Amino acid sequence: MNLRVEDVSWSVDSQPILQEVGAEVGTGEFVGILGPNGSGKSSLLRSVYRALKPDAGCISLNGDDVWKLDPREAARRTAAVLQESPGEFDFVVWEMVLMGRTPHKKMFSRETAEDHALVESALAQVGMLGFAERSFATLSGGEKQRVLIARALAQQARFLVLDEPTNHLDVRYQLEILDLVRGLQVTTFAALHDLNLAAAYCDRVYIIAAGRIVAADAPEAVLQPELIRNVFGVDAEVQIHPRTGKLHIVYLPAHAAAPAATNGAPAASVLVGVD
Amino acid sequence: MATVTERPARSPNGSAAAAQSPAPRRWDARFPVVVLGLLVALLVSLTLAVTIGPVGIAPLTVWQIAVSRLTGLASGEWSAAHENIVWLIRFPRVLLAAVVGAGLAVVGVAMQATVRNPLADPYILGVSSGASVGAVLVILFGVFQFLGIYALSVAAFLGAVLTFIVVLTLAQHRGTLSPVRLILVGVALSYVLSATMSFMVFRADEAEGIRSVLFWLMGSVAGAKWSYLTLPLLVLLIGTVYLVLQARPLNALVAGEETAVSLGVDTNRFRRVLMVVAAMMTGVMVALAGAIGFVGLMMPHTVRLFVGTDHRRVLPVSLLAGAIFLVWVDVLARTVVQPEEMPLGVITAFLGGPFFLWLMRRRKDAFGGNRT
Repeated sequence: MNLRVEDVSWSVDSQPILQEVGAEVGTGEFVGILGPNGSGKSSLLRSVYRALKPDAGCISLNGDDVWKLDPREAARRTAAVLQESPGEFDFVVWEMVLMGRTPHKKMFSRETAEDHALVESALAQVGMLGFAERSFATLSGGEKQRVLIARALAQQARFLVLDEPTNHLDVRYQLEILDLVRGLQVTTFAALHDLNLAAAYCDRVYIIAAGRIVAADAPEAVLQPELIRNVFGVDAEVQIHPRTGKLHIVYLPAHAAAPAATNGAPAASVLVGVD
Repeated sequence: MATVTERPARSPNGSAAAAQSPAPRRWDARFPVVVLGLLVALLVSLTLAVTIGPVGIAPLTVWQIAVSRLTGLASGEWSAAHENIVWLIRFPRVLLAAVVGAGLAVVGVAMQATVRNPLADPYILGVSSGASVGAVLVILFGVFQFLGIYALSVAAFLGAVLTFIVVLTLAQHRGTLSPVRLILVGVALSYVLSATMSFMVFRADEAEGIRSVLFWLMGSVAGAKWSYLTLPLLVLLIGTVYLVLQARPLNALVAGEETAVSLGVDTNRFRRVLMVVAAMMTGVMVALAGAIGFVGLMMPHTVRLFVGTDHRRVLPVSLLAGAIFLVWVDVLARTVVQPEEMPLGVITAFLGGPFFLWLMRRRKDAFGGNRT
């Protein structure tokens, strides 16, 4: 399954959000899309899983325009793992994963043994089989994310879209989730906010800023201090980590440039606003 | 947590964890039993409800009269007066209560899913306020006189449909219907219509008329006839069958707007159809029985506490539970202050409110408690 995004533009109230965006994800690739908040990375993904219809341009999967496909056919090709929860409506884990079968089912058809087997193996693959009967709302962030990945697996789509899959997760679960997705060997397009994680897991990355793609290549080629400063507005030092062999990006906070002038208790403002 | 990864793959059936939550596999086997039990309970409720009243009638006689009326076969010892009370007065009334209760509960489920909001009820789109304005025009100002006894229902239904069309039109934005806009437009319009109605009541000078308006507003199935039953029953059946067939998309919608899209649900189109179905069902129920509150809001939640969120279970169980509930509410309505009648809305709220609060306290895991 390969994705082609060509000249996609979208604007809200004549405010351009995406401007002639082009991107490609080849079969089996794990491609990241990086950019600061509000740069358009989520919008781009939304236009791929059909939640947002672009004003212009073409998005195609294996050569078929996704916006001309039947919605269910599109959903059989593309699964999305999103930052959305059922809120007060509480499903059981099993039901959440079974939902992945929705695009495969006609109005009158019942779930078959095959559907149940798919759900079971999907849960097993993400290590959540023992949680099948648990209420989704009571799971931890990492567990929820694994369940949503299991749903994508049950959906049997060969193209996976991830919107900030490691958001709000502890470090260990961030690695676990990305390891899990990489291990699936499905064509993946993921919005990530952690540059180090992107460098460690992505085959290629696109950098988006103000709705335009400003760079695209292997992480080592793209994530250089100059680009990080221009796009993200922070100074950074980039090196190849001796043990992982991957890029290691160290951000240089503005206050670190000058040695601390005041001793003693840190100012309160340092403690707040940490994301 | 993560240790589970190492656990051998075994059937979720065997896992002892989380006995509290409704388990899907267990439900596969248990669901038909629950439905069958509720069906029996409904049948018993209907029978008992017909026996209760100023004139006591034995349960067996109730069915003998019914069978003899329907097939002309059964025979027994009963007077013509009893037969009239059972067949012409109580049966239609009890059945209308069941149909309206079922309808409101089912629409409540559909509405909560459509706008993805647990506070939604069948009246959230202003449908009941519109119906009330229509009803008040008939009761106080004698509009639609040429329709005779149907004037009230027709006016109420027209008021409901008109309101719905206005809400739908105003809530449109860039060709889509967002849940929040729907709710806000519905609520705003409800206020305008309620004010209109209050103004008309305020200007009316006949006390009797005002009293009947109040009574209608709180809901009643008194004076039901067999001929009143066909339309609501038809609407209830068609609406429920449609919703049950859409149970999977409904689940997806409740799980999240974009989640539903990514699962192949055309949420825009689907939501529009859902609204039309819900408005039709609500309009018919309100036109016949007034704006009975509470059933459509709390019955879905009560049912979810027992059977979980999956619409394949919630819809049929809500239908049956709503029917049983309103049948008994109507029994109370006509017995507690005999020979007067209580409005149904008073009893639904008095009975249902405390019950629901008790249930919510008991099930501490539900509604935002015990979340990690």
